[in-house]
Amino acid sequence: MSDTVKLSAQIAAVLVACIVVAVMPLYADLFQLMQFTLFASMAVLALSLGFIWGFGGILCFGQTAFFGLGAYAYAVAAINYGDSTPAILCAVIVPALFALALGYFVFYGRISDVYLGVITLTVTLILFNVFNSTAGDEYTIGTARLGGFNGMPAVPTFNMPFDPTAILYPEDSWYVTGGALIAIYVGLRLLLRSRFGRVAIAVRENETRAALLGYDPRVVKLWVFVLGGAIAGMGGALYVNWGAFVGPTIFALSLSAEIIIWICIGGLGTLIGPIVGCFLIQYLVSQIGSQQSFNSNLVLGAILIVFVLLLPQGLVPTLRNLVAAGWYRVSERRRETGHGQSRQMTAGQPVGAE
Amino acid sequence: MTKIPPLLETRNLTMRFGGVLANDGVNFSLGEMELRCLIGPNGAGKSTFFKMLTGQLTPSEGTIRFRDHPIDGHPSHEIARLGIGIKTQIPNVFNGLSVRENIWLAAQRKTTRNAARQIVDEVLERIMLKDLAGAIVGQLSHGQRQWVEIGTVLAAEPELILLDEPAAGMTDEETERTAEIIHEINKTRALIVVEHDMEFIKMIAKTVTVFHQGRIMLEDNVEAVLADSRVRDVYLGKKVAA
Repeated sequence: MSDTVKLSAQIAAVLVACIVVAVMPLYADLFQLMQFTLFASMAVLALSLGFIWGFGGILCFGQTAFFGLGAYAYAVAAINYGDSTPAILCAVIVPALFALALGYFVFYGRISDVYLGVITLTVTLILFNVFNSTAGDEYTIGTARLGGFNGMPAVPTFNMPFDPTAILYPEDSWYVTGGALIAIYVGLRLLLRSRFGRVAIAVRENETRAALLGYDPRVVKLWVFVLGGAIAGMGGALYVNWGAFVGPTIFALSLSAEIIIWICIGGLGTLIGPIVGCFLIQYLVSQIGSQQSFNSNLVLGAILIVFVLLLPQGLVPTLRNLVAAGWYRVSERRRETGHGQSRQMTAGQPVGAE
Repeated sequence: MTKIPPLLETRNLTMRFGGVLANDGVNFSLGEMELRCLIGPNGAGKSTFFKMLTGQLTPSEGTIRFRDHPIDGHPSHEIARLGIGIKTQIPNVFNGLSVRENIWLAAQRKTTRNAARQIVDEVLERIMLKDLAGAIVGQLSHGQRQWVEIGTVLAAEPELILLDEPAAGMTDEETERTAEIIHEINKTRALIVVEHDMEFIKMIAKTVTVFHQGRIMLEDNVEAVLADSRVRDVYLGKKVAA
């Protein structure tokens, strides 16, 4: 598929997504809308890992560390300021700084990919334990109590920028969450077309060659990692806005593993894939949760096995290849019939000439 | 009068892997615009030598100076920025990307958007892969991937070019073309070429350095080296002695 076809497909996808976000409140009831808001905030998290894993080649087993830090940073700041505007900023900056510090040691210490997975997994476990043991008044930041395993209830949700009295309704929250998801997708797409994005992909492809051409793979990977952390943090803020609550289970390993499943099913190496995988699986799990005959984890496991065996590339790349193959066949046929016509014309010409 | 320092100079360069001495006290010097061939049997330490020059390995002992600037133990990307480019023995390319993207990545680092585009077009012309510019490199033949890698090295416009077995896996015609390109590059830049193909060496070489068991055994002009009995004994025996 040529570059222009790809680009027009991406633009079309963004337009469709914009329309879906815009009209959703007309068709979905409040409960469904809240559910989709949750899915969209999770999709931001999935997108962050899909970016650093699929385009930076960094398999982070603990992307929830940044998601959770973003959520806690938002909650603490929102309670202290009473305004969500600076809190959202905190939710992006705190995990980004944490990713910067962690990434510096990992990438400049030349720690190999497998250990990166182990380290990020461990960091998530540590954060879970740290936040789990913050019960009591001594663990208070400003006026915000961290609350230990009970978490932080009644966190102020999003309000209009710099106007804490104008709290967003669930419909508005849906627009904000869906809009943020689309904006982050578009931002990452633009980044991947820029010089930095192309170099990041080159580093993923072959670190040695990139270094021998004068690019420092450590710096490139570090910035990809930091950006992934910032996006995951934004997802955390959107998540807290959905439930007005954050607890230490946000660092649970099951969620970390689930994001990886979303990406495997949606398609690694794409940006749409993680979003599609996230929405599909979460919708499925919530549907299964509403009945009693199947256990949702069992179904999730079965789906993963089916995908690993039959569609190892994931949904989006498989569909893309199918469309590309179909496109190729159609254009071939068109060319063939085109040739046929021209042959007929040349054959017919002498008759007309006579 | 101050003497012009050599382009590249190594002093007592040594690389140990456990008990194995891959390079043992190598004193090597290369002048500006010089073309040098390195030969030696497998395991003589040529590739290890190249890896130390490009920062892929940190020498156990000794120094490397590039235009009188110490580079031993520096990271690869810094050395590349100083102007040393390398085509490695096994093609080291971006397999999942197109030919054009590979060349562009090499060209764009130190130049503007338009200049990079121009360099890419020139290099594609030079390595004769213009028709395959959009092809994914991983799907090309070994010889074509060699060309892509040579293309990335050319596009980065380094001061010193290291070529590790550039003619391996190429057809006779391509080998000749490689020799031509090497002569062409040598008009403005210095090169060190590692090769096993003696016909190829004869085509391009002036001075040849022979590596044996991690040391420089001999350094002389190409005729003298090929006539030397020790060289024949360690390496060329069957082929040239006849």
